[in-house]
Amino acid sequence: MDMRQVYCNTLIEAAKKYDKLMVVEADLMNATGTGPFKKAYPNKFVDVGVAEANLIGVSSGLSNMGKIPFAATFGCFAGRRDFDQFFLSANYAHLNVKLAGTDPGISAQFNGGTHMPFEDIGIMKTVPNLVITEPCDSISLEKTIYNLIDHYGSSYMRLQRKGSQTIYKEDEKFEIGKAKVLKDGNDVSIVALGFIMVPEALEAAKLLEKDGISAAVIDPVCVKPLDNDLILKYAAKTNLIISAENHQVSSGLGSAIANLLANERPTKMRMVGIKEEFGQVGTLEYLKNHYKLNAKEIVKQAKSALGK
Amino acid sequence: MITKEELQQLNKEANNVRIKTLETIGNLGVGHIGGSLSVVEILTLLYFKEMNIDPKNPKMEGRDLLVLSKGHSGPTLYSILALKGFFPLAWLDTLNKGGTNLPSHCDRVRTPGIDMTTGSLGQGLSAACGMALSCKLDGLENYTYAIIGDGESDEGQNWEAAMFASQYKLNKLIAFTDYNKLQLDGTTESIMDLGDIEGKWRSFGWNVYRCDGHNISEIEAKIQLAKLSNNKPNMIILDTIKGKGAAFAENKLTNHNMPVSKEVAKEAIDELKKEL
Repeated sequence: MDMRQVYCNTLIEAAKKYDKLMVVEADLMNATGTGPFKKAYPNKFVDVGVAEANLIGVSSGLSNMGKIPFAATFGCFAGRRDFDQFFLSANYAHLNVKLAGTDPGISAQFNGGTHMPFEDIGIMKTVPNLVITEPCDSISLEKTIYNLIDHYGSSYMRLQRKGSQTIYKEDEKFEIGKAKVLKDGNDVSIVALGFIMVPEALEAAKLLEKDGISAAVIDPVCVKPLDNDLILKYAAKTNLIISAENHQVSSGLGSAIANLLANERPTKMRMVGIKEEFGQVGTLEYLKNHYKLNAKEIVKQAKSALGK
Repeated sequence: MITKEELQQLNKEANNVRIKTLETIGNLGVGHIGGSLSVVEILTLLYFKEMNIDPKNPKMEGRDLLVLSKGHSGPTLYSILALKGFFPLAWLDTLNKGGTNLPSHCDRVRTPGIDMTTGSLGQGLSAACGMALSCKLDGLENYTYAIIGDGESDEGQNWEAAMFASQYKLNKLIAFTDYNKLQLDGTTESIMDLGDIEGKWRSFGWNVYRCDGHNISEIEAKIQLAKLSNNKPNMIILDTIKGKGAAFAENKLTNHNMPVSKEVAKEAIDELKKEL
């Protein structure tokens, strides 16, 4: 099941319990895959047309009356185009808008550089107290949606649309701001975010094991609030952190971890992610290779930092 | 309809609101005097007659709602909310001072009676649309009012909201344009001419009315017409004067945000008191 189907099905299911839940789209229902929600709940579905500023404004107004709007658009628009609206009408106004930015980073593939958000996390990180999350699989996505519903306050979720992936067990429990240790290790901690980079990190850990390097793999799930305690614990345990993200390292997960470590426990670190480059068209494989978003790069960085 | 006695009383209230607004800004020494004074009559009419609100229960369910999208006119609304008893009159002396509940631009979190946070121009009408839609979906009979500026109308988001309100048939949305013909850098005609403003809104699918924005009985009549709408949102264009009622500011190109000394404010207030 595509991740977007998980998103839609979870909202359909959640709306049975949460009467105030609504879905708001900006002419991307067929991309986000929320058509079945509209069919199930025509009165809880709003389409504002190709108007992202109004998407956030209307969602803020709905929230002001107690509704719980799940608004979605491509991540490039969610971060860049409607930021002032999301900052002020939703967040500064202390309202409860659950924004999803779909097609994070290189997953935009053939839509290319215009549609490829490498900066959305960085932009959103500047909003005080905003919850920022990027679930990597269907289980964490479903549970994160429920966590967001139960948490009063706006949020930004990077949502992989296409492809299915199950990493966690059905009964895994998630909390906002709590990371998951997917694999323990002693020599290096790979903190990897999202649908593309978590599997690459697990693969990298396997490759490192072959060379006698014990790697821990951590899925932070949330970039904000970041699970500081867990990351500091693994910084102390392994003395080396590798961040891995489908986003600019200068403003995303890597910089968030670096900020934490610089203040609390200076620790050797390497960042795998996008450097000073815009997006471009290409297949996922081409883009992963071009931007070095893969296990090979994680292994290379780990070995180099360990002097091996 | 509005009775003669009611009109007299409302005009008196409006005069008082104007005095309080001048006192509030004069006390601080600087403020958005022009746009604050041009919306005195509409806000007085809404809060002293038209809106179903309860100062003791600012979040009352089913109340009428207002989004003052031109959030910089906050001081006028604060004067009204204080006079209505939403909070003590003494709060007016704290405008824009550190830790105040009355910031320059409207803030739903800080100020009792403020229904939506505004300040970044162009955003309020969208929020009002969401609020009106929510009320409509819930089958409520209340009205959502929104006030936008003429300069603010340059913002494209207003027109996204305009299409939306029409598409979703938000008939209980009643918006006003404070058409005082001045924006920060000059006249609206010279900076960004709104042209056929009535035609613009009409072509977006709205009922459009127009009247003297300082004539309470005229505005009231237009609101009553708007309330008859069963499938269209409503725009009432208010022809107003920026800085209305204060000779030092009236129609001055620099009156968007200007220094107002206590002495200057007092002079204007003394003039207004003669009318009471």
